[in-house]
Amino acid sequence: MEATAKASGPDAVTRRSWVSWFLGTSLGATLVTFFYPVLNYLVPPESSEPSLSEFELDLKASDVAPASGRIVPIGGKPVLLLKNAAGELSALTATCTHLDCTVQYRAERSDVWCACHNGTYDVKGRNLSGPPPRPLTPLEVYVRGEKIVIKRA
Amino acid sequence: MRAWARDRIGWDDLVHIAAKKRVPVHRYTLFYYLGGMALFLFLVQVATGILLLLYYRPSSSEAFESVQYVMADVPFGWLIRSIHSWGANLFVGVVIAHLISVLFLKAYRAPREMTWVTGAVLLFLALGFGFSGYLLPWNTLAFFATKVGTDVPAQIPVIGHLLSRILRGGSDVSGATLSRFYGIHVAILPAITTLILGAHLLLVQRHGMSIPRSVEGKSRRSISFVPEFLMRDMVGWLAAVGLLAALAAFFPWELGVKADPFASAPAGIRPEWYFLWMFQGLKYLPSKIAGIPGEMLGVFFFGALAAAVVAVPWLDRRGKQGVAVAAVLILIAAAVLTVLALLPVPTSARP
Repeated sequence: MEATAKASGPDAVTRRSWVSWFLGTSLGATLVTFFYPVLNYLVPPESSEPSLSEFELDLKASDVAPASGRIVPIGGKPVLLLKNAAGELSALTATCTHLDCTVQYRAERSDVWCACHNGTYDVKGRNLSGPPPRPLTPLEVYVRGEKIVIKRA
Repeated sequence: MRAWARDRIGWDDLVHIAAKKRVPVHRYTLFYYLGGMALFLFLVQVATGILLLLYYRPSSSEAFESVQYVMADVPFGWLIRSIHSWGANLFVGVVIAHLISVLFLKAYRAPREMTWVTGAVLLFLALGFGFSGYLLPWNTLAFFATKVGTDVPAQIPVIGHLLSRILRGGSDVSGATLSRFYGIHVAILPAITTLILGAHLLLVQRHGMSIPRSVEGKSRRSISFVPEFLMRDMVGWLAAVGLLAALAAFFPWELGVKADPFASAPAGIRPEWYFLWMFQGLKYLPSKIAGIPGEMLGVFFFGALAAAVVAVPWLDRRGKQGVAVAAVLILIAAAVLTVLALLPVPTSARP
């Protein structure tokens, strides 16, 4: 019977190294087929946002006092609804641009403040002091009949 | 009976190994107790944690109520929950004390470098336990602490937002975040900790107790680990349990207010004491430094600090006090920041 495993000669070395390479690559590929689904599993799916472009609040324009502000949920995110002393409504995204806390209106200073790290903005959303790097986004507000409507940016 | 055990699990060998272990006696021997204390407090957390998860419900609509139930209606629930919350803080404190004592006694010198590295990883795991566990009661404090805490990794360029999404289970902190943090807190971190802790303890057994250079060569008095040192260890553990029970009775851990994702962050909000130095430091960073967002620099700084902690055995130069001096400066800075974070600041006083 012919000896199949030659201890010497270039042929034996090539066969073994080819088999080793093949085995290693097959194992590697198998590991990839295990890890690929697992790693993708870890990343949560995009939540399906409703395709509404505007939101009618369950709030009448007359319910909001002048020179005040309150947080309202719009499409799952907090929005700051403001009314100035003259009675004009405005809205800003209420997620602080620093590290995501929810801001609040400060009546005694007529500004917008974030309690987490002391960031301040003006009522137009411009970042004034503290860590916030970007302004808050203003949103369009109008009154339809009696109800307040906010348009998504 | 003993013969039965002897034949099946090699009881005699285990007893023989334990009997050989000795602990050197010198003026720093007291610090040897800190490691065992950290281990004991970890076991207290595991035990109270297991008891709590028998009642806890990890959904945003039931989590707060289930903790309330444990505090108010479950027999001794108030005791178990408060011990767990106080215990977490005590555990982190003792781990930090253990790190500091090993650092200044230079017990990380060769051949104990890997013991130090596994220890550093255990510290990060402990902070991970603290951070993930903090969200579980789903109260206002926890909700906003998690919002901020999961936004910090978002500052890392390229992969930051993906990391934040994976941590949060979405783009915002929500019930999905609660599920993830629960899984991390009761399954993922315990599994990883078991492995790393096992390695850490095996290495300690292998290398024995390190003797600080300044007492090397002096009289090598030592006591047996079993029973002498262990008995003293257990006195400490009993005192720790007593302390935790007293804290639970006289300063029960508060429930807070159920989290409302659409409420503003309340004034005076802040994280647990061991994160206060980070919290205060981030407050002082301006929004941009040379065009780079302030928080990104902050996050890089924290990352560099963590890397430096892991690399201590290689940063140390024989006979030089560089590492000790740097450690003292960093600790003083952290202490100052922590104290500043605790001072009450009236909102109208700030410019």
